[in-house]
Amino acid sequence: MSAKNYNDLAHQHAHGEANPHSIGHHEHEAHGSMRDYVIGFVLSVILTAIPFWLVMGGVIADKSTTVLVVAAFAAVQVVVHMIFFLHMNGKAEGGWNLLALIFTGVVVLVVLSGTLWVMYHMNHNMMPMQHMEQMD
Amino acid sequence: MSETHHQPASAALPASLTKLGKYWDLDEHDHPEGHSTMLGFWIYLMSDCLIFAILFAAFGVLGGNYAAGPGPRELFELPLVAVNTSMLLFSSITYGFAMLAMQRGSVGQTQLWLLVTAVFGAAFLSIELYEFANLIHEGATPQRSAFLSAFFTLVGTHGLHVTFGLIWLFTLVVQVSRKGLIQANQRRLMCLSLFWHFLDVVWIGVFTFVYLIGMVR
Repeated sequence: MSAKNYNDLAHQHAHGEANPHSIGHHEHEAHGSMRDYVIGFVLSVILTAIPFWLVMGGVIADKSTTVLVVAAFAAVQVVVHMIFFLHMNGKAEGGWNLLALIFTGVVVLVVLSGTLWVMYHMNHNMMPMQHMEQMD
Repeated sequence: MSETHHQPASAALPASLTKLGKYWDLDEHDHPEGHSTMLGFWIYLMSDCLIFAILFAAFGVLGGNYAAGPGPRELFELPLVAVNTSMLLFSSITYGFAMLAMQRGSVGQTQLWLLVTAVFGAAFLSIELYEFANLIHEGATPQRSAFLSAFFTLVGTHGLHVTFGLIWLFTLVVQVSRKGLIQANQRRLMCLSLFWHFLDVVWIGVFTFVYLIGMVR
């Protein structure tokens, strides 16, 4: 047996059995079933239709309540897509997928809330300027 | 088991190196082809997610600066956005059907569902371009106000992603017809699946925060 064959065997041992990342293994995890796709689709249709109905029909009189409810529906729908379409779970790629997603989620939250917060207060402090413009 | 693996290697190596071999690999440690592609592609998508986060943040800050120009209420047509949203949602589930056909190993059905997905994707893009053309025709160009600059950048970037997704999809239809559902093509289809569904996730943010909340505030 040559050294090359030895390598091949060693890799089968290292990656095929010990390492759950190998192609053969995550093949089954990364795909959904028909059931997954149909559940995801039905939930998405419902979670899309309700916010459109709320806004187009003017169902809730209070603006900020409407904004909060619509944003909540979006958040739920993102989770639904993650689970049923992107097949996100704690096991795929040995948990690294989920970890990368959580890290990105934290960065996105910091970027969004930080930007909006800072710029809102900057606008707030700029108020006197706007009054002066109006006086001109 | 591992002892039998070591045997031939010891024979092939100089005696002085056999001892070292127990502590580290003497041969280059290569990996099965594509074994880390899915994780790598996922990390790319996460970086793409950050691009969209920044564009959403810019829209959040500038979305109210109309510069005495038209606002969302004068410009947006929610029925059109609803149709557009459904196109993307349909394309998501048809891509799912393509993946299920791929799992069954059916080349013809995989291609059929990919092409159905492409039709919905193209419908989405056409409706978006129609909307953009209408806006520009009404004078609501990206140069008109900070709101419109942010709007066109955010929605346009998403549309550009869908365009490249479509090009990728057609490429894979050709690849599958030429090489069949080989391991490499399955991997590519799985990457495009992540990309396509990810774009649908971004669109949830767009129709909610740009269109729906834009109409309310």
